Amino acid sequence: MQVSMTVNGVAHEVDVDPRTLLVHFLREALDLTGTKIGCDTSQCGACTVHLDGKVLKSCTLLAVQADGCEVTTIEGLAEGGEHHPMQTAFWENHGLQCGYCTPGMIMASAAFVRDNPGASENEIRHYLEGNICRCTGYHNIVKAVKQVADSAAGA
Amino acid sequence: MTTRIFGSGIKRREDPRLITGEARYTDDIKLPGVLHMAVVRSPYAHANIVSIDSSAAEAMDGVVAVYTSEDIGDGLAGLPTAWLIPDSDLKTPEHPALAKGKARYVGDGVAIVLADDRYRAQDAADAVVVEYEELPAVIDPEEAAQDGAPLIHDDVEGNIAFRWAPFDKEASDAVFAAADVVVSERILQQRLLPTAMEPRAAMAQYNPATQELTLWCTSQNPHIHRFIISAVTGLNENKVRVIAPEVGGGFGSKIPCYPDEALVSWAAIKLGVPVKWTETRSENYLITIHGRDHVQHVEMAASNDGKLLGVRATVYAGMGGYLSTAAPGIPTILHGLLYVGPYTIDSIYCESIGVMTNGTPTDAYRGAGRPEATFLLERMVDNVARALDMDPVELRRKNLIPAFEDGYDVAAGLTYDSGDYPAAFEKALDMAGYSDFRQAQADAQAQGRYLGIGVTAYTEMCGLGPSQVAGAVGFQGGLWESATVRVTPTGKVQALIGASPHGQGSETTLAQIISEELGFPVEDIEVVHGDTTETPMGWGTYGSRTTPVTGAALAHASRKLKEKARVLAAHLMEANVADIEYADGSFSVKGSPDQAQSIQDVALMAHLAWNMPEGMDPGFEESQFYDPPNFVYPFGTHIAIVEVDAETGEIELQRYIAVDDCGPQINPEVVAGQIHGGVVQGAAQALCEGVIYSDDGQLLTGTMQDYCMPKADMFPNFELGETVTPSPHHPIGVKGVGETGTIASTPTVYNAVLDALAPLGVKQIDMPLTSAKVWGAIQAARS
Repeated sequence: MQVSMTVNGVAHEVDVDPRTLLVHFLREALDLTGTKIGCDTSQCGACTVHLDGKVLKSCTLLAVQADGCEVTTIEGLAEGGEHHPMQTAFWENHGLQCGYCTPGMIMASAAFVRDNPGASENEIRHYLEGNICRCTGYHNIVKAVKQVADSAAGA
Repeated sequence: MTTRIFGSGIKRREDPRLITGEARYTDDIKLPGVLHMAVVRSPYAHANIVSIDSSAAEAMDGVVAVYTSEDIGDGLAGLPTAWLIPDSDLKTPEHPALAKGKARYVGDGVAIVLADDRYRAQDAADAVVVEYEELPAVIDPEEAAQDGAPLIHDDVEGNIAFRWAPFDKEASDAVFAAADVVVSERILQQRLLPTAMEPRAAMAQYNPATQELTLWCTSQNPHIHRFIISAVTGLNENKVRVIAPEVGGGFGSKIPCYPDEALVSWAAIKLGVPVKWTETRSENYLITIHGRDHVQHVEMAASNDGKLLGVRATVYAGMGGYLSTAAPGIPTILHGLLYVGPYTIDSIYCESIGVMTNGTPTDAYRGAGRPEATFLLERMVDNVARALDMDPVELRRKNLIPAFEDGYDVAAGLTYDSGDYPAAFEKALDMAGYSDFRQAQADAQAQGRYLGIGVTAYTEMCGLGPSQVAGAVGFQGGLWESATVRVTPTGKVQALIGASPHGQGSETTLAQIISEELGFPVEDIEVVHGDTTETPMGWGTYGSRTTPVTGAALAHASRKLKEKARVLAAHLMEANVADIEYADGSFSVKGSPDQAQSIQDVALMAHLAWNMPEGMDPGFEESQFYDPPNFVYPFGTHIAIVEVDAETGEIELQRYIAVDDCGPQINPEVVAGQIHGGVVQGAAQALCEGVIYSDDGQLLTGTMQDYCMPKADMFPNFELGETVTPSPHHPIGVKGVGETGTIASTPTVYNAVLDALAPLGVKQIDMPLTSAKVWGAIQAARS
């Protein structure tokens, strides 16, 4: 099946097996391997991307269902050669260790803070329930997201 | 001019590639013409394999081949067990890459399918028809050790793989017979799923012309993987290149060499095309090693005035269907030797029985044997306190080993390197406000609220370890590390290490060590790891050993370079070596500070070699093999404060205080990260994680939907403190910190919950402390 999708600002027109998951499409057809796969039951959030601006676990959708959509992956989050503020905050606050959950964490957090500037620590912890990290104990991830949330509220 | 960065929480050098999605993990690497491997796995925990019909699978689109154990024949040797503990009557049953005649756990590989696409490979695997004859299965290690239990391997009588009991039983019995008080408990150390966020993956490519095999895989120890892949395939070790690219966490689960790595290697050789395998999470939960799985019968003896006299335990340790790479060493050497803990306990005894079961093989999982020891010790100390009606803090205080700087011999036969346990203990109590807590607890109880506090003092043995000791305890390898510090003509540094970090931040902390020693800015130092062709031999990253062992190798290699630089700088400045002063990467002549040679100048001149001192070789590179003279023993005290809702059984972890001493901290932010992550991993064992099998050996917690991983909203912000007690035998005094959080936190949280429940009459609950179990225990105690 033919699928048209704009990913990170680039238009693609690709023939895919109809059963291909969006995450496999991104990783294998487009070679955007920054989006990760950490489970097979939509718990871990490693595959989180933005679909038409909304947060989406890309293992929950078939590529063909995203026909005509705009997708942003971790590779497309930075703008003009500058890290997105959430990327910077993760780096500055040691919000990552092995890095495997990080693309999904950053994509989820970036959208959350965009929609919830000034979010409290509790709100952040509750929101991040859908993204699992095994390394950091969440402490520095929460710190990073809070830093961006605070600065978004102040802006 | 450089800034001093040892001890500074600088940002990690590995992060730019990780926060942008540019890092390449094994499954991200693509090779043209690659075939995907899917594995047909036994759906039964214990079953004879009657027949395998692969004809339908072979006829499917895109399928290249289907192979069984028979097809492999002697093309692959069995996977070795590499920790052969002595004096234990150890049996090492054969572990073929694909099951031969019988499957021994759900997930045991039965056949492999090679196809041009991962979906098609899985479709074809599903189409392989296997006829099984189901056999009775056994999962509980204590049950598996009883007469009449189903026999899992014909050559492992009674399912007992080993029986390890190195201590003096008569002496221990005498202590217990004479003691005023003896407390006992049956402790279940439930099975846990390591759950590195990156599932395992492997890809192999074989070049028939050169007979070289390259294996990319999710490994914590690529040199050990090379060693084992060479052994099982029969290829010479120098024809095997193992690359651990970016690795997304391990926690021990990426130490072993698994059948899958051997199978992609064999298939790539057989077919002459690259072969890739990536496990799904559900597959990971079935086949990647599990941790813990002990049934422990534990006793502690004490005097009426609160002197801890002895601890003894019989441990049934579940090994699963096969003995994984390091499995026998975990519930023995890394467990029983830790029974003294930070206390002046003079008598210990441990009988550890390794039992084959029809579960997934177990092996090292973060802490590996030491969490299981620390838990039983701390649990029993609280039980003694209750039996004596003594404050558990006062009991611990009374029994802590006093401060020592250089060596303290304990009953386990170990010599702790250095420690000041009372200092960390009192600091943690101060941070927690312990003296006020008991009043707050009583006030809350008066209002029907149940607060509890758990206090754990711990020390642990890490930085594995002296190779002579490794040999004496049957580890089939050394435990030294090696490193090369290579400086380019333009004064940039490549540090090549044999260890293989996979999230610990070692590219940063090890660069900080080199920067401290030689004055190169940390931005100019690259730490290269994970490729057996590019890096010198090393035994890998586990056991909190990379900073202590590799760090020492790098410090020594750097010091050799500094001495070379000092002599060359003196020669270039026409001065005496004795008159050369060094500061911040610059060599100058005493009394004439204008004359100076930077480390970069010296590196260039060493490469040019236009003007070398008599007898000095050109180049600016040094290597060091480092075998530690002893383990390192970090220590500390952790405190948890919880509130339990007696109506629902829900637990709120309100505060968590951790005071840890890992010697001088190279990067306090990296240290804190290790502790945060370790604490959550250990606390989750107490609160929510646990494998559940059905009686017939089906894994009921087989996905992330069923296995309760800790989430962000279960935890408060952690309160960290430190004390600094250098290791006397280490060139920069550092100790490991990768596992302390996990080792200390499980008993801390557990004891806090049981403290909260004490007024309700609840004395024991098996982990994990789910609200259902806590509620049930409250009801049972009330009735």
